Amino acid sequence: MENSPLFKCGHTACAGCGQAVAARLVIESAGANTIIANSTGCLEVFTTKYPETAWGVPWIHSLFENSAAVASGIEAALIYLGKKDTTNVIAQGGDGSTGDIGLQAISGMLERGHDILYVCYDNEAYMNTGVQRSGLTPFDTNTTTSPAGSLSSGNLRPKKPVPEICAAHGIPYVATASAGFPQDLIRKVKKAISIKGPKYIQIHVPCPLGWRHESNQMLPVAKMAVETGLYPLFEYEFGVITARKQIVPKPVEEYLKMQGRFKHLLNNPVEIKKVQDVADSNIKKYNLKLEAQG
Amino acid sequence: MKEFLEGSHAIAEVIKSCQPGVISAYPITPQTHIVEDLAQMVSSGELKSQFVNVESEHSAASVVLGSSATGVRVYTATSSQGLFLMQEVVFNIAGMRLPVVMTCANRAISAPINIWNDQQDSISLRDAGWIQIYAEDNQEAVDFHLIAYRLAEDKRVMLPVMVCMDGFILTHGMETVDMPEQDKVNKFLPAYKPLYKLDTTDPISMGLLADPDYYMETRFALQETMRESIGYLSEISKEFNNVFGRDYKDLLVEEYQLKDAEKVIVAMGSVCGTIKEVVDEQRAKGKKVGLLRIISYRPFPYARIYEALKDVSKVAVLDKSVSLGAYAPIAVEVKSTFFGKKKGPKVISSFVAGLGGRDITPDTIHEVFRRLSAKEVNFDFVDLKPELLKEEYGE
Repeated sequence: MENSPLFKCGHTACAGCGQAVAARLVIESAGANTIIANSTGCLEVFTTKYPETAWGVPWIHSLFENSAAVASGIEAALIYLGKKDTTNVIAQGGDGSTGDIGLQAISGMLERGHDILYVCYDNEAYMNTGVQRSGLTPFDTNTTTSPAGSLSSGNLRPKKPVPEICAAHGIPYVATASAGFPQDLIRKVKKAISIKGPKYIQIHVPCPLGWRHESNQMLPVAKMAVETGLYPLFEYEFGVITARKQIVPKPVEEYLKMQGRFKHLLNNPVEIKKVQDVADSNIKKYNLKLEAQG
Repeated sequence: MKEFLEGSHAIAEVIKSCQPGVISAYPITPQTHIVEDLAQMVSSGELKSQFVNVESEHSAASVVLGSSATGVRVYTATSSQGLFLMQEVVFNIAGMRLPVVMTCANRAISAPINIWNDQQDSISLRDAGWIQIYAEDNQEAVDFHLIAYRLAEDKRVMLPVMVCMDGFILTHGMETVDMPEQDKVNKFLPAYKPLYKLDTTDPISMGLLADPDYYMETRFALQETMRESIGYLSEISKEFNNVFGRDYKDLLVEEYQLKDAEKVIVAMGSVCGTIKEVVDEQRAKGKKVGLLRIISYRPFPYARIYEALKDVSKVAVLDKSVSLGAYAPIAVEVKSTFFGKKKGPKVISSFVAGLGGRDITPDTIHEVFRRLSAKEVNFDFVDLKPELLKEEYGE
C-alpha cells in the first residue's frame, strides 16, 4: 500500500491489525477536511506516541469514554466559528469505549443531533489492555476475563446490539461494515459523511493477537464472519433497515476454526450449535440469505 | 453600573459579557440558576454562543474541552457530585493546557446527600492543575470571572481557572453588584487567540501518549506555571483595577486588621464576611484580632502568608472541608508555610466548621477566637451537636 498523507506509515500497530486498515480507509474516505476525536485504546496508542503522530488531519485524544462529547464540543465550536459546513467531525474508538464505558456519551451525542460521524472499530474485546471481555465480545468467546474452563465455554452473553441502540435514536444513518469488505466500507463512510446529523458506523476489525489467528489471515477471517451471518452488514436510515449484504450462509464452524479464541468449542457440537443459532437468528432478523430474495 | 442582583444572575451576566463561543453544562443545585440564565440569553439571541445541553457533567467538561481545543472561549459551571463526576476530565483539561473557565458553586459531598454549602468539592480537586480562586461576595465572584479568563488565556499561563463561590450563600444571595460595562470588559479581556487549535488548514495532534521519557516534564511545566502564576495574578489584578477601579491587591490574600494583631483567623470564601464583622466588634472592645483571607488556594501563596502571619502569635485556620484521616486541608498548608522557619506563630490551631451548610454564625467565630489559646488544637470540629453524637454512638 502507498503511504497515505492522512494516515501515515510508521505507526506501531501489530502486523495484520484490522483496525489500522479500517482507520486508514475511514479517514481517506472522509478526506482532509476532517477533525478526529479519538478515544483511548489501541488506535490512539499505536498512532500517537509522543513525539510522533500518524495523523495528517487535526486529531485529539482526551479520555477513554468521552470522544463523542469531545467531538460534540468540536462541532459546536465549528458552528460558532462558521466553519462547520466545510469541516467533517469524526469521533472514533474501540468496542469497549463505544459500547461499554462511552455509551452514555454517544447516546447524548446522537440525541442532541450533532453533525458527527461516530466510528466504532469492533475487535470484540479490550485488546489494548490484553484481551479482556467487553459488552461486544461474542457469545462463547475465550478471553482473559471470560476464560473457557470446565464450568464455562467462554463469554456467557451475546454481543450488545450497539447499532440497534444507535438506530433507536432515530438518527439518519447507522451501518455495520467490515475490514474484510473495504469497498463497502469506503462507500458507507462516504455516504455517512454526505449526510447531515449524527451517524454511526461499526466496523468489524480482526485482531490477530486477541483472536489468535495468523497475521496474514485478517481479511479471510473478517470475510468469514460476514459470510456465516455472525457479523451481518446492514444500513439503517432513520431507524429503518434500508440495505443489507446478502450471503449464501456458510456454517459457523468455518469461522470458529480459524481462530484460537474459539478453539475450545471445536469438539463441542452443543456449543457450536448455540453459535450457529446466533448466526441463524441474524440471518432471519436481517434477511441475509440470498435465496430468500428469489 | 450598580444593580441589585441574585449572585447566579450576576455571574450569568458577566459570562455574557465575556462572550464565550461554547457553553456546556449539566444541571446541579446550586449551580442551576447560572446556566438557566445563560440558556435564556442564548435562546433570546442576547448572547451568541452555542449552548450544549449534555447528559452528564463528564460530558459537559468534555464538550468544553473539545471546543477549547478548537480555539474558542468556553464556559461551564458545576458543583459537588457534578465536579466529582467531571474529575477525570478536569485533570485532563489542565494537562492539555486548555484555558477553560468554570464556576464551582461550592456544595457538600454525598453521603449523606446534602445540597448545602461547604468547600469539600473544589478542595478535593486541588491537585488537578486548575487555578482556584475563592470569592467572598458577589462583587468578587463577578470580577473574578473576568480575571479568570484573562489569566487562563494568558500565553504564559494557559491553565484552566475555577472560580469558587459558596453555594446558596452567594449563588442565591441578593446583593448590590457593580456590573462591569461591556466596553470596559472588551478593554480588559481581548478576544481569545489560541496558541494551538484543531484546524484543518494546519493539522496537529493533541493528547498524545507520553511515555516515561516525556511524561514528567509535562508535570514539571504545570507546576512551574502554577508557581509563576502567583506573579501574574498580581499583575492582572493591577490591570483590573486600572480599568474597573476595584483593587484586589495581589489577588492572593486579603489582610484584614492584621497590623498588631495577636489572634488571627485564616479562612476562605463567604465566611470571611462574618469573620470581619466579629473582628470589628472585638477591635471595638480593644482586642487585637484579625483575619487573613485566602483568595488563591491554587497556586497556594506561601510567601504572602508567611509575610502576613510571621509576627502573629496565635493563628486559627478555619476549614470548610476535611481530609478524612488527616489534618484539615488549609491548616496543613498554613502549618507547612512555617515549618523550619525562624519566625512564625507559636500556635496554629485547626478548626473545621460549616460542613453541609451548618451556619457559621458570629457565635461560631467567637468560639474559635475563644478556643485559640496557648494550647494548640491540632484538629477539631466546631458547632457539633452533642445530642446527635450520643445517638450515633449509642451512648
